[in-house]
Amino acid sequence: MSVVRRWLPALLVFAAGIALWQFVFSPLAGKFLLPRPSAIVTALWDNHGVLLRAGWYTFKEALGGFLAGSFLAIATALVLARWRRVGEALMPYMIAVNAVPIIAFAPIANAWFGVLNPHSKMAIAGVLCFFPVLVNTLRGLTSVRPESIELMRSYAASQVDVFRRVRIPSALPFIFTGLKVATVLAMIGAIVGDYFGGSINALGVQIENSISLFDFPLGWAAVVVASAFGIAFYLAVSLAERLAVRGAPSTAD
Amino acid sequence: MSVVELAAVSKTFGRGKTHALEGIDLVIEQGEFVSLIGPSGCGKSTLLRIVGDLIQPSSGSVVVNGKSAHQARLDRDYGIVFQNAVLYEWRTVAKNIALPLEMLAWSRAKRSERIGELLDLVELTGFENHYPWQLSGGMQQRVSIARALSFSPALLLMDEPFGALDEMTRERLNMELLDIWRETESTIVFVTHSIAEAVFLSTRAVVMSARPGRISGIVEIDLPQPRTAETREDPRYFELVTEVREALARSGAEKAVEQELVAGDDQ
Repeated sequence: MSVVRRWLPALLVFAAGIALWQFVFSPLAGKFLLPRPSAIVTALWDNHGVLLRAGWYTFKEALGGFLAGSFLAIATALVLARWRRVGEALMPYMIAVNAVPIIAFAPIANAWFGVLNPHSKMAIAGVLCFFPVLVNTLRGLTSVRPESIELMRSYAASQVDVFRRVRIPSALPFIFTGLKVATVLAMIGAIVGDYFGGSINALGVQIENSISLFDFPLGWAAVVVASAFGIAFYLAVSLAERLAVRGAPSTAD
Repeated sequence: MSVVELAAVSKTFGRGKTHALEGIDLVIEQGEFVSLIGPSGCGKSTLLRIVGDLIQPSSGSVVVNGKSAHQARLDRDYGIVFQNAVLYEWRTVAKNIALPLEMLAWSRAKRSERIGELLDLVELTGFENHYPWQLSGGMQQRVSIARALSFSPALLLMDEPFGALDEMTRERLNMELLDIWRETESTIVFVTHSIAEAVFLSTRAVVMSARPGRISGIVEIDLPQPRTAETREDPRYFELVTEVREALARSGAEKAVEQELVAGDDQ
């Protein structure tokens, strides 16, 4: 009962939104600019095999980039937190690199790794993931209360111990914040990478092709599939967070 | 045998601009309960950290257990308790207490046996699987005391451990701390800004003055042991409270202490 009551407003908004789209906006905009939800669902159903396969293909590109980018980001953050001088030397360049519109890098990555090679999309997704994970991890590792570190020093703890027992566990909530942002960015990176050319099995290429053939409902259906994979990715990382982060969420005091 | 020997210890921060401590001479014998009392900015917490080798003195010598403070820290000769409990919120009560034991590579069986003893000592049996946020402030501080005692250090450094607690909890924990002190026969250095607490707990109260931090007087607390609730009604107790207060006043600090008591904070 309480579950129904809690979700009812959101469901009503969803139903109203779909109804407006179906009966008001689509007829006004025309079927090319804004296909009806019913047409999108039909396209989705008729092509679900192809779309799911393409979605899975692109998700793997995103996942590869996510894993590589996040791993490198966490490793870099550990180095920067351990040797602050290195961080001071490198951080301005990291920020400058982050200011580069990564999408501009997509054709170059395609040239480096090969248009049809999924590694080119993973590279784009990875670069997109790197910075938010780096910044959040670094903040988590360095925003430990000084007394927590003093306590470890009083036990004559090594730096490895300080990281293993204090800095990393207390950074986990921050790291997961970065990783959740990265899931979304990884999907964007993979799909945009596809736009600049890629395997016919990739979702981004499917979207491109259906739009250029004026099959807008199919294009929209592909976008729906992309969103579904993106949401599932995000939820999977959220679930991992719940399992990994013990106790109450840290309250800064 | 003396546990702590400080000779001509000085500390300046920020290129000599702030004189935190100047010419501190103090010898603490084994089994003593010594309070450091003074206004905020008198460097009492800094002095405690110098004993623990968490801050380096600018000059002077620090000997702990007959060796350098640095070596004493490496040998894990002391346990420390801060004003905040400083518990790791991703660890249960038992695992927080076991932290130093893990680092000393105690076996799981030995650790769990010791945790049982300590929970009993600080009266928290049954709470071993709770997380810190599920405990009250007083209980958290008891966990932090148990953690400091876990590896039976001969010296306990306490930095205003009960400063953030309400008066009733503070008085109860004072009694518990005295029991622990007697049972473990440890030496305690206790930073406080409460005159009543310093007199009730200590065998000696070291009165400090501010800017630069100096020892302005030492009051021997000759109240009979063991201290009980009646100790607080002993006429001698009131005389000693007055004596410490006057020592603080002579150091021009009383006003500052009162303000601090109102603020309840020494940052």
